[in-house]
Amino acid sequence: MALSTDDIRQIAHLARIGLDESAIEPLRDDLSTVLNLVEQLNAVDTAGVEPMAHPGNAELRLREDKVSEQDQRDALQAPAPATEQGYFLVPRVIE
Amino acid sequence: MSWETVIGLEIHAQLATRSKIFSGASTAFGAEPNTQACAVDLGLPGVLPVVNADVVRMAVRFALATDAAITQRSQFARKNYFYPDLPKGYQISQMALPIVGEGAVTVTVSEGEEKTINITRAHLEEDAGKSVHDLFNGQTAIDLNRAGTPLLEIVSEPDMRSAAEAVAYARHIHALVRYIDICDGNMQEGSFRCDANVSVRPSGQSEFGTRAEIKNLNSFRFLERAILFEVERQIDLLESGHSVVQETRLYDADNDETRSMRSKEEANDYRYFPDPDLPPLVVESSFIDEVRSTMPELPKIRRARFIEEHKLTPSDADALMSDRVNAEYFESVIAQKPDNKSVSPKLAANWINGELSGRLNKENLSLQDSAVKPERLAQLLARIEDGTISGKIAKQVFDEMWSSQANADDIIESKGLKQITDTSAIEAMIDDVIAANPSQVAEYQGGKEKLLSFFVGAVMKASKGKANPGQLNQLLRDRLKKG
Repeated sequence: MALSTDDIRQIAHLARIGLDESAIEPLRDDLSTVLNLVEQLNAVDTAGVEPMAHPGNAELRLREDKVSEQDQRDALQAPAPATEQGYFLVPRVIE
Repeated sequence: MSWETVIGLEIHAQLATRSKIFSGASTAFGAEPNTQACAVDLGLPGVLPVVNADVVRMAVRFALATDAAITQRSQFARKNYFYPDLPKGYQISQMALPIVGEGAVTVTVSEGEEKTINITRAHLEEDAGKSVHDLFNGQTAIDLNRAGTPLLEIVSEPDMRSAAEAVAYARHIHALVRYIDICDGNMQEGSFRCDANVSVRPSGQSEFGTRAEIKNLNSFRFLERAILFEVERQIDLLESGHSVVQETRLYDADNDETRSMRSKEEANDYRYFPDPDLPPLVVESSFIDEVRSTMPELPKIRRARFIEEHKLTPSDADALMSDRVNAEYFESVIAQKPDNKSVSPKLAANWINGELSGRLNKENLSLQDSAVKPERLAQLLARIEDGTISGKIAKQVFDEMWSSQANADDIIESKGLKQITDTSAIEAMIDDVIAANPSQVAEYQGGKEKLLSFFVGAVMKASKGKANPGQLNQLLRDRLKKG
């Protein structure tokens, strides 16, 4: 499967990765190669095989509904670039 | 051209747990910002989500209450998008394998009009935090206390054909989730919110029209208003030769209109994939049995029993079923045996839905806080049934019971409210009234029979409301006939 340069721009945008124009063409080739590799799987007949959501035989373990975490706001906010009155501050998001 | 409206709802019910879906932080409402957001909720490196067992129990309760399939191995998935109140950059949700599969509910649209609405699925997910845009100049403030709060997203089929049906369905689900104790239903606090998918199509056409999704409707009134506006907007577009764009819209209650939310449009590529941190959620049948054993009698079964066993009308039964506490109060009243026999269910329903509800509303109380408990109400009703007091006097007694701890019998006794059933006593009062109103008597006998109520009122007043109304009516008619 061949990706277009617009596909690359869209993927980069969704992942919030800034790309130089000059990086787009090589990335397009690399990602297309990866997709082609994975596409070989489509040749396998998977009729009757249950889709696998997770490798291995692990099952989810559950915890009881108890409040076990105390307030650690000061410690958790210490690395944040900006906080005020207990809030994290970020550049204004226009709705 | 006539148009048909098609509506499907996505309802987010916040599950009433103490701790979050994937962490041990508290879910209590109204805490100081970010004091209930732990390292897991913040998506800090090195943390792992661990699922809250009660969240799974609550999803199973919902499945049992809606005759829905339960997925034995369901899976959590990551829904990827960037927004400051979603610290991980993805929301943990369920996509391909939701815990609750297809189900259905039958809702009452209006008196005597029922409709079955199919439910496509219900899946578990975490809520995001809150963004506050107007608190600090030029910056957005983020409170992550809500991040990780458990939600059950209930997705209906596009089965509704009017705003009224959508509201009836939403109300039904709202009552149901409270009834089975999985959600507090508090719409102001956002515990129960609706998104509506609305489209129109020419009547008779089988394909659906292009839909718009209206987000975050947090009251039944807004749900109704938003749908009514949106339907009109789409019909106007189509009738003027334009087309409807598939998009997300917001309802603006101040202007009573829906508006496009273009900012979210381009991000509609969520790149779902199974969350590698969370292996499949396996729900064993023993787990389901255990949950089933803790379920209350389901609303539809209880409602049917009220109608068949207790001979209530559907609307009386619906009113009692609006809240589980009401239904239980009713059952408790009719289980009392004040004089070794039960009071009439119909009378009990009337009083609970009428006088008692009215009083509770007026004082902004819920039935749990009622000053009048079932055994006291049952005694009062027994006195109406055995003719000791009339229904009207009973209201007076009820007022007294509300403000004191006294029982109906004591109040009737101490206030002398016992109904006058002594024929000669009533006749004496009738004679006085007739003697005092000769002109009205003449008019009545001249054919103006409407005046009967005047005489009834006058005698009733003379008796201080205590004359037995049935007897009084009969005796008055007889007496006036004699002339």
